[in-house]
Amino acid sequence: MTALSHTTEVVDPVPGAGAPHLPDQPDLVQLLTPEGERVEHPDYALDVTAEELRGLYRDLVLVRRWDSEATALQRQGELGLWASLLGQEAAQVGAGRALAADDMAFPTYREHGVAWTRGVDPLHVLSLFRGVDQGGWDPVTTGFNLYTVVIGAQTLHATGYAMGMQRDGAESATLAFLGDGATSQGEVNEALIWASTFAAPVVFFCQNNQYAISAPIERQSRVPLFQRAAGFGFPGVRVDGNDVLAVLAVTRAALAAARDGQGPTFIEAFTYRMGAHTTSDDPTRYRLASELEEWKLRDPIARVKAHLSRSGIADADFFAGVEADADALAERIRSGTRELAPPAPTEIFDHVYAEMPPELARQRAEFVEYHSRFEGAGQ
Amino acid sequence: MTETLTIGKALNLGLRRAMEDDAKVVLMGEDIGRLGGVFRITDGLQKDFGEDRVVDTPLAEAGILGTAVGLAMRGYRPVCEIQFDGFVFPAVNQIVTQVAKLHARSKGRLPMPIVVRIPFGGGIGAVEHHSESPEGYFVHTAGLKVVAISSPADAYWGIQQAVAHPDPIIFLEPKRRYWDKGEVDLDGAPAPLFASRVVRGGDDVTVLAYGPMVKTALQAAEAAAEEGRSLEVVDLRTLSPLDLEPVYASVRRTGRCVVVHEAPLTLGLGAEIAARVTETCFHSLEAPVLRVGGYDTPYPPSKLEEDYLPDLDRVLDAVDRALGF
Ligand SMILES: Cc1ncc(C[n+]2csc(CCOP(=O)(O)OP(=O)(O)O)c2C)c(N)n1
Repeated sequence: MTALSHTTEVVDPVPGAGAPHLPDQPDLVQLLTPEGERVEHPDYALDVTAEELRGLYRDLVLVRRWDSEATALQRQGELGLWASLLGQEAAQVGAGRALAADDMAFPTYREHGVAWTRGVDPLHVLSLFRGVDQGGWDPVTTGFNLYTVVIGAQTLHATGYAMGMQRDGAESATLAFLGDGATSQGEVNEALIWASTFAAPVVFFCQNNQYAISAPIERQSRVPLFQRAAGFGFPGVRVDGNDVLAVLAVTRAALAAARDGQGPTFIEAFTYRMGAHTTSDDPTRYRLASELEEWKLRDPIARVKAHLSRSGIADADFFAGVEADADALAERIRSGTRELAPPAPTEIFDHVYAEMPPELARQRAEFVEYHSRFEGAGQ
Repeated sequence: MTETLTIGKALNLGLRRAMEDDAKVVLMGEDIGRLGGVFRITDGLQKDFGEDRVVDTPLAEAGILGTAVGLAMRGYRPVCEIQFDGFVFPAVNQIVTQVAKLHARSKGRLPMPIVVRIPFGGGIGAVEHHSESPEGYFVHTAGLKVVAISSPADAYWGIQQAVAHPDPIIFLEPKRRYWDKGEVDLDGAPAPLFASRVVRGGDDVTVLAYGPMVKTALQAAEAAAEEGRSLEVVDLRTLSPLDLEPVYASVRRTGRCVVVHEAPLTLGLGAEIAARVTETCFHSLEAPVLRVGGYDTPYPPSKLEEDYLPDLDRVLDAVDRALGF
């Protein structure tokens, strides 16, 4: 499959070189330039209708609005924490829209944009960050697994799930999300080995947003991440992660290859985390403002907007309509989040097992009895 | 010289002094360099000691502990920071199968002076895996020593003692108390590392706690005093080896004992302590040794953690029950 061919040439690392994040990248797959110009790539033809293009733009804008609203809600004390996807909208929407209904996505904790494309209610994601539950959506019906906070663990789950699909003869694949930092974990390396050995229909989608909290990519790898795949015996490809069309095309091709029995692919979406790691993080301690300014010029939304206007696919009315939709979503998120109440405390006990053991039942009863003594105590 | 410090700052100063005292001390962990760690415990240390001594590692806990083993074999003293309790598990293979056993297997030829610093426990409103109490796994593993600090003075001195100690030490830092302040005598003689300590004298019930629960136990003692009950509070400080002689002495006087921890009840440290106190002080006991712990459930979402974590009411309830026998 030529579409996913990879180079094996190793780039000479320059340890400690300043501003290493925007090198010349001959390997980068791009279909829409930062200026909004549509370009062709020999391996990745993409047919998208005007309707689809408008849809992708709408996704990007709504997902960004969800994100900024959540950041604001965290500042107001309505959420315990928020992991912002700012700057990674194209990577997530492109990858998410490449999935078929029967495919299964395995996110980390930042894939709100993918959640959006799977139809997960934003309030279910927000309830996790508010601390009222551990993720309120149904992974089975949405095809979107629960978030995984322990770095890299989900890559093995995705591989095992893919092996299950393979055994069942299902023509589906899994899409495992991971960060650049995650590639350092032993478990991720094990996932790559299993996927390769069993030709599992899994696509590893690595958002290289250049940082693992404060650690720059140079702390994790001396070769471009997509080149690692070669060592495991399957294709690796680097795509412009701020280009929703390129991400869509590359992920579609990789998922099609996986469903077709050709085994795994490693996709490195080259992108940038514009915000803090989470709302508890202070990025000014470890990165320069100039770097951020450079990346702003590659904004994933601006280029789609430019393309839509320039090619006459969308007019002012359309953009105004999307803005109105974003306002409505923001309002739903604001009021909805404030209404997310904690469940009954007995929930602590109720889903630990499919069959509750007697000792836990005893602890639950003791808990109920103890708390009943306080009821009405203050009245 | 005596200073008022937070537990976090005391750890920072203690690490600084340990590094000054011994050039073989190397700090390793995720984000501990320029960022100073997510809790800023290593703030400023990389600036002053350089990137070779304060190492920002790749995002790989097995790597942090596995390379620490090799460094220790070469005479270095690695001090590993695990970012949060829930992320120690990828490193558990190295800790349990290698770090804990190499001294014994080599008949003492391979030193393992490794410190694993872990911010542990709940109460900070975090998402999952950021609030766990994994001490039981380590206490259960022979070859490791386990310490849990609860005060700035113990933070400052304890970390230095742990770094200088020849055996591997799991060093548990109560993350929700990082910002609590207390007096630290920077020159005075420190309390021994592997000793428990009576932190409040009393006659009616002995309450044992460690790490974050020491403050809770003291609050309970305060509240109990208002009702005319006198609780003796013991800070265990060392979980492996356990130092129970002062506890036995206390229980022989009070006749009653309550053990408090955040970790789940079943096979938590309270179980071991209850067994030992019962075996040793059976004839002095007026009531069974009672335990207050977390429930045998996963740590809950943060909005329910107040329901999960032992608070002073649950300690007082256990005290009532002990006195009711
Ligand atoms: C096993 C483990 N170790 C440490 C952490 C703490 N932690 C949370 S996110 C993170 C950085 C992850 O970086 P990367 O994989 O690049 O993903 P990104 O957050 O940049 O999307 C760290 C160290 C964790 N969640 N799991």
